[in-house]
Amino acid sequence: MDDTGSVVAFWALAVLTVGSALGAAAVRDLVRSVVCLVATFVGVAGFFVLLSADFLAVAQVLIYAGAISVLMVFAIMLTPRAERNNAETFFRWPALAIALSLLGTIAAVALTTDWATTGQGFEETASVIGNALLSTYVLPFEIASVLLLAAMVGAILLVQED
Amino acid sequence: MEHLLAEWYDIRDLGNAVGHFLTWVDDRGGPSWLPYFVSGIIGVVAILLWAVLSQLGFVWIERRLIGRIQVRLGPNRVGPFGLLQPLADALKVLTKEMITPANVDRLLFWGAPAVVVMPALVVFAVLPFGEHMQLTDLSVGLLFVIAVGSVNSLIVFTAGWSSSNKYSLLGAMRTIAMLISYELIQVLALLAVAVYTNTMRMGGVVAWQDHYNVWLIFLQPLPVFAYALAGAVEINRTPTDIAEAESEIVAGYHTEYGGIRWGMFQVAEYIAGFAIAAIVATVYLGGWTLFGLEEWVPGWLIFLGKVYTYFFLFIWLRGTLPRLRIDQLMGFAWKYLLPLMLVNILVSGFEVLIWQEKDLSAGVVLPIFAIVNAGLTVAMMVGWARVMGHTGSIGEPRRAQLISDVGGVYYEPLPGGRA
Repeated sequence: MDDTGSVVAFWALAVLTVGSALGAAAVRDLVRSVVCLVATFVGVAGFFVLLSADFLAVAQVLIYAGAISVLMVFAIMLTPRAERNNAETFFRWPALAIALSLLGTIAAVALTTDWATTGQGFEETASVIGNALLSTYVLPFEIASVLLLAAMVGAILLVQED
Repeated sequence: MEHLLAEWYDIRDLGNAVGHFLTWVDDRGGPSWLPYFVSGIIGVVAILLWAVLSQLGFVWIERRLIGRIQVRLGPNRVGPFGLLQPLADALKVLTKEMITPANVDRLLFWGAPAVVVMPALVVFAVLPFGEHMQLTDLSVGLLFVIAVGSVNSLIVFTAGWSSSNKYSLLGAMRTIAMLISYELIQVLALLAVAVYTNTMRMGGVVAWQDHYNVWLIFLQPLPVFAYALAGAVEINRTPTDIAEAESEIVAGYHTEYGGIRWGMFQVAEYIAGFAIAAIVATVYLGGWTLFGLEEWVPGWLIFLGKVYTYFFLFIWLRGTLPRLRIDQLMGFAWKYLLPLMLVNILVSGFEVLIWQEKDLSAGVVLPIFAIVNAGLTVAMMVGWARVMGHTGSIGEPRRAQLISDVGGVYYEPLPGGRA
């Protein structure tokens, strides 16, 4: 993070990410909001690239920018009251308070944590992550997949007609 | 640029010339970022030029070929054999008025065509045109091409939604629905490749196929078929151009676009077509290698040959097949392809495990796997189709089926030949 290129890239990505995140919250139109959110996801993927975590970056684009945003688009399209857009709501101030306290918590954790860096660089992060997921962290991995399966079965059960 | 193979004038790999140029820049004592910058610019300009020229060429080739398939002439007036027709078309599109309807969401309406070509072009960054002719060998190249492709569909959706036209919106929704269905198929198809080659680098996949002297199409026949179909769906080409089916929803997501904005969608569709062809050529057809011939023939010519041959297949399909219905296409992905692809992943995993655990020699084991997988693919496809209730009529149709299907009356021809 010392050379000029990285610094320029960091600040450009920071502007993109934070700016479009603000846009996602502030824009009235829901679909524009989703587009802003996609820009945020892409910016976060850029940060992963800066951190040499290329697998995470591509997974971020694939899952968040590609899949989650599509899910949101579907939700907007299939919600009858979506044309109401980001209207005034009763929850405005509570939501702001929760968001600010979350920001404070994350910032405090980020500033106080002693970030450990591994001495060696990884040639390919994908294989390291894969090995870790299927050896050290195999139990959470399996639990997550069972949870997703249960969610899928539940969704099918919910929409089943009979 | 430490492993240069040959002199700069060795055209078997244009990376040689670029590499020598970069060393020359480096020797002059330029700053350390300069070679990266220069090589990046060279790569991007080369890919852009190639894509645009290929497109201009293939617009003509496609129209002539489709004309031939449909027993008509095709463009033959502008220049010799109509060769200048693409240029005339490009000029026409460039100079046409761009109409913006009154109720559109202007920001998104103008933004979508501006960025729509980008994902299709970015894919080429990870595809090797030759051993040293690759912009960047990402360690997650296989995932990268899928991720970028999924972003493409989102831009198409934005275009359709911002037009505030119901046909555009229908086209946009269809794009998203097909993206969800076929992205899964693409991932599973490329996952089987990663299982075999033990790498997600595009360069590594090509090197694996070169090392074992086998193309992955022989080891993975089902994923090739699935990926080809999913790719055709992703780029909206004719058997699967459901998002712009002109007989149903005018022109789908680009109904309201005209002039160069429409032209951008057209360019993006073509370049994405080349991208799919190039991915198939790299991943399943051995990339720039051809069983040792790349020693004599430039690897990039072999690669381009494969890409263009595959793109010809797209044109052929377009001229031959009628458009599918959206429920047919979605059902095919979820009910038919998905189970087969999952079985294929399982089988591939077992094969690789057997190969590695028993430490068998590749020369023995790969032909066996190829035969097993080919047999299994045919058996699964036919068997699953039977299970799904498609028996299929094999043999010569004796008379037109449609007449009896709609309740019409068919008269057997009289012996004299009169009906």
